Amino acid sequence: MGMTMTQKILAAHAGLDKVEPGQLIMANVDLVLGNDITAPVAIREFKRMGAKRVFDRKKVALVPDHFTPNKDIKSAEQCKIIREFAYDMEIENYFEVGQMGIEHALIPEKGLVVPGDVVIGADSHTCTYGALGAFSTGVGSTDMAAAMATGQAWFKVPEAIKFVLKGRLNKWVSGKDVILHIIGMIGVDGALYQSMEFTGEGLASLSMDDRFTIANMAIEAGAKNGIFEVDDKTLEYVKEHSTKEFKVYKADEDARYSKVFEIDLSSIPLTVAFPHLPENVRTFDEIGDIPIDQVVIGSCTNGRLSDLRIAAQILKGNKVHPRVRTIIIPATQRIYLEAMREGLLEIFIEAGAVVSTPTCGPCLGGHMGILAKGERAVATTNRNFVGRMGHVESEVYLASPAVAAASAITGKISSPEEVVK
Amino acid sequence: MIQGKAIKYGNNVDTDVIIPARYLNTADPKELAAHCMEDLDPEFKNKVQPGDIIVAGTNFGCGSSREHAPIAIKASGISCIIAETFARIFYRNAINIGLPIMECPEAARDIKDGDQVAVDLTTGEITNLTTGRTYKAAPFPQFMQELIKAGGLVEYVKGRMGAQG
Repeated sequence: MGMTMTQKILAAHAGLDKVEPGQLIMANVDLVLGNDITAPVAIREFKRMGAKRVFDRKKVALVPDHFTPNKDIKSAEQCKIIREFAYDMEIENYFEVGQMGIEHALIPEKGLVVPGDVVIGADSHTCTYGALGAFSTGVGSTDMAAAMATGQAWFKVPEAIKFVLKGRLNKWVSGKDVILHIIGMIGVDGALYQSMEFTGEGLASLSMDDRFTIANMAIEAGAKNGIFEVDDKTLEYVKEHSTKEFKVYKADEDARYSKVFEIDLSSIPLTVAFPHLPENVRTFDEIGDIPIDQVVIGSCTNGRLSDLRIAAQILKGNKVHPRVRTIIIPATQRIYLEAMREGLLEIFIEAGAVVSTPTCGPCLGGHMGILAKGERAVATTNRNFVGRMGHVESEVYLASPAVAAASAITGKISSPEEVVK
Repeated sequence: MIQGKAIKYGNNVDTDVIIPARYLNTADPKELAAHCMEDLDPEFKNKVQPGDIIVAGTNFGCGSSREHAPIAIKASGISCIIAETFARIFYRNAINIGLPIMECPEAARDIKDGDQVAVDLTTGEITNLTTGRTYKAAPFPQFMQELIKAGGLVEYVKGRMGAQG
């Protein structure tokens, strides 16, 4: 029996010719990642293990992006732990505020992940890099510590669900709608313990940014990883961003899948996930008038340049609703700079939005836009759990940048069709 | 053998309600325990007794990779979690830090809030002492048993690094 993309990558990194679903393996990792919330715990455990040096100072990345620029004294202390560790260990990929961006936008941009890699990160959205044809998954701090010490991690080889994409997306519909649609279809544990493998002729029409968004939210369906078949667009992206050597893995013709879904991209409508689960999706014919207090456009899901361009296209010449605080967060310094050069930031500010330095901030209720009791936000982020963006009685509606920008103008959850004639 | 009172929750208990991100500016287990389950069950910290067992539905621990979630639960005095299914990162984290978890849909559905429950980690046998019913969870694979026996991943790696000299 053949192997899936994920199984092939894992087998190669475990030094095995073949692996079977359910098999426990020890695999070499190409990159170990942590942030200002998870790395301090990992560093504590690393020391408890008696480790003296990291296994490879080029293969560890530390990105203080969650509560930075330091939001309070305790956060500053957490960041200081990482900074000192990074200096002590001479970690090559430590990104200080000023270089820092939201990790899952920054790491691909810096060329640190290439097709065929095995990456673990102490952050659940590490699955983002599957867009590049890498095996990439979130783990906890102790796993991160062990991998920093040994260069290895244990995995249970997953089964896979195959998504065969065909057709093209309609106007305004994006990768965010695709993944919300899929989560709505299979549920928040629909891919539990499994890979989500994306393939098919429809792939060609999806931009790399769309693919990052889709792979990013694989975890929201419970998946171990999301992974895209490598094509010309992937290779072009890799060539532009990285000098690392890489290997492309293709699934075998006779690879076994627990399920196969055929998805016609042209049939996917604009999709919004209602509180308090990402599977709770609605389309505009079911939404009605829902007034909102805040819009957040940013995060590891949707803070990339193409997301900001779409938002600017909709906000240009318009004003945000006077009751809606509109917060726009470019995901990295490079995206910020490019958005400035293209005039996007001017459009946002003229429209009455604020533009923040890169940070995860409001997505997880950290800072930079916390909700009060009873308030509602439309956010391009990835989770709408109870209390995710603030008060336990606040609400988050997950949507694409196009829907978020349109909603900022009208003051209620809106389709871009309502504001762009 | 573990024994305690069941504290029951539903499906999709996420790590944001287990320990909200606003408290993640510390990694101190005691501080984290003080806010454990706060956004789902504000009474949790008052009613939890050392040895108590959380019993929950499907996809327990979904969401963020924060190890602070199982750390907060363990530091609250919870001795074991029984669920229909666990989210995978939470599953790893719990094993890595030495918080016993059991995947047993039947027990998870049957056991009621407040029931006295006993768990034998080596055999995977779960007994509801209140009703007398017994259940069998799937035993851990060999490798995970070794991890658990070593006392978690830290001790396991320590052992391996020691062996390599």
